[in-house]
Amino acid sequence: MKKIWAWGALLFGLLYFTLPLIGMTNFSLKMRRGEYSFDAYAKVFGDPRFQETFTYSIMQALFTIVFGVLLVVPTTYWVRLKLPRLRPYVEFITLLPLVIPAIVIVFGYIRLYNTSSWLPLTGSLTGTNMLLMFGYATLALPYMYRAVDTGLRTIDIATLTEAAQSLGAGWVTILGRIILPNVLVAVLSGAFLTFAIVIGEFTMAALLNRPAFGPYMQLLGANRAYEPAALAVIAFGITWGCLGLIQLVSRFQKSAPPKA
Amino acid sequence: MSSAKPDASPPARRLPLHWLGILPFAAFVTLFLILPTMKIVVGAFQTPDGSFTFDNIRGLFTPSILAAYWISIKISIASALLGCLIGFAMASAIVFGGLPKGIRGPLLTFSGVASNFAGVPLAFAFLATLGPVGIVTIFLRSQLGVDLRMLGFNLLSFWGLTVTYLFFQIPLMILIITPALDGLKREWREAAEILGASGLQYWRMVAFPILLPSLLGTLALLFANAFGAVATAIALTGSSLSIVPILLFAQIRGDVLGNPNLGYALAFGMIVVTGIANAIYIWLRARSERWLK
Repeated sequence: MKKIWAWGALLFGLLYFTLPLIGMTNFSLKMRRGEYSFDAYAKVFGDPRFQETFTYSIMQALFTIVFGVLLVVPTTYWVRLKLPRLRPYVEFITLLPLVIPAIVIVFGYIRLYNTSSWLPLTGSLTGTNMLLMFGYATLALPYMYRAVDTGLRTIDIATLTEAAQSLGAGWVTILGRIILPNVLVAVLSGAFLTFAIVIGEFTMAALLNRPAFGPYMQLLGANRAYEPAALAVIAFGITWGCLGLIQLVSRFQKSAPPKA
Repeated sequence: MSSAKPDASPPARRLPLHWLGILPFAAFVTLFLILPTMKIVVGAFQTPDGSFTFDNIRGLFTPSILAAYWISIKISIASALLGCLIGFAMASAIVFGGLPKGIRGPLLTFSGVASNFAGVPLAFAFLATLGPVGIVTIFLRSQLGVDLRMLGFNLLSFWGLTVTYLFFQIPLMILIITPALDGLKREWREAAEILGASGLQYWRMVAFPILLPSLLGTLALLFANAFGAVATAIALTGSSLSIVPILLFAQIRGDVLGNPNLGYALAFGMIVVTGIANAIYIWLRARSERWLK
């Protein structure tokens, strides 16, 4: 009785989750009349706009990851080591991007950093690109911070720091050669999640008028029939790939034998 | 931060240098999180020339804007409730249902992927499934003679958005509630059974009250999650369904309301709604952690 009920719940869920995946895959293959083909994919990959926007979003994701790591790792380390009283406050702040909708944050950016303000970031291309990157870093902050904080919890940073200092290491050496390698798996998890978030992000890029992958997908969706389904399959593949890589690196850490 | 030297000097002189370490972080969140949000909040109470007013907030209470908030809130509540219910059923199926052990891992991994598969591509997936020429729509019409459109179902509507949002709501529920279900101790169930409780009584009088705060808390989180979703809604409906995020998007793009400060008030209203939902979440989670470890 209990088992039937459990199987029922599971099958219902599986049906709900697989149907859209089957639907989009099926639709993406139907561009040619009467037979399955990869025409929609060929169209998408051959579109110069796809290449441009996809490259742009990958670059944004990479910059966001580098900036996020440089911002979050030293801060989390420093707060744990020297300012533990501040930890609840820092944690609260890093959760704020989950509370304040992205559209509200970017609305604030547009009004705060317009051409007539004290910091006219939206006045130039480089400025707008940087603003978008900062926005992405804000969106990824909750995930990055949690990943790194969990990673730091598992190592004894006070002892490691003292040991390094007694051997004459400076702060940069400690962070770069002691702390970072020790939390690398956590940092990578945060990085892959950041990548998954940035690559398809729509709201911020659209409102800042940058040629990113998210707005491109939306535009194509409004004008075409089969290509959007192909894009959905591609995007799902990317998300799956990022999450799969997280599983892979964390398994790698768990199974690494404690060598002498 | 390189200037802080951890030697044994008196704490009073070391303190200021310690604070330098979080300066980059503090500067970043101030510039790109706090100040932009404050700008919206303050702007909601200002006239275009900068003097204080309640007119913008009052401007929200017009029928069209209230209707937008109302349908946004309805979609968020419906997708949060259904997400909680279905997610709970699936999570308890893998924790208590006696299913093969091999199902749990893949289901949790899939939940991680699906909860991140939001935005524009999710809308495309559902258009290809439940849209006018979607795979399910056509199957129902040609094989079973059921016309979804005749039944009043339309993807670009309240139910359409709710069904679509469930694709990231259910997995999020599974991810959050599975650890809580794992935390229900076997001894509690055994103790209840020894005292003569039936399965239903155990759930009603022991497990459910313990889980209630985390259930309600997750409900609040799912609500906020759906309320702030912009991309899925825009890709799905264009601008045909007037929900708050879509209205705000159009307002930022081209001032459709004809009053820039009314846009601030619209955004401020969103912060208030998601803020309340999350305050409930934080409060209830703190309560549930007293029981579950």
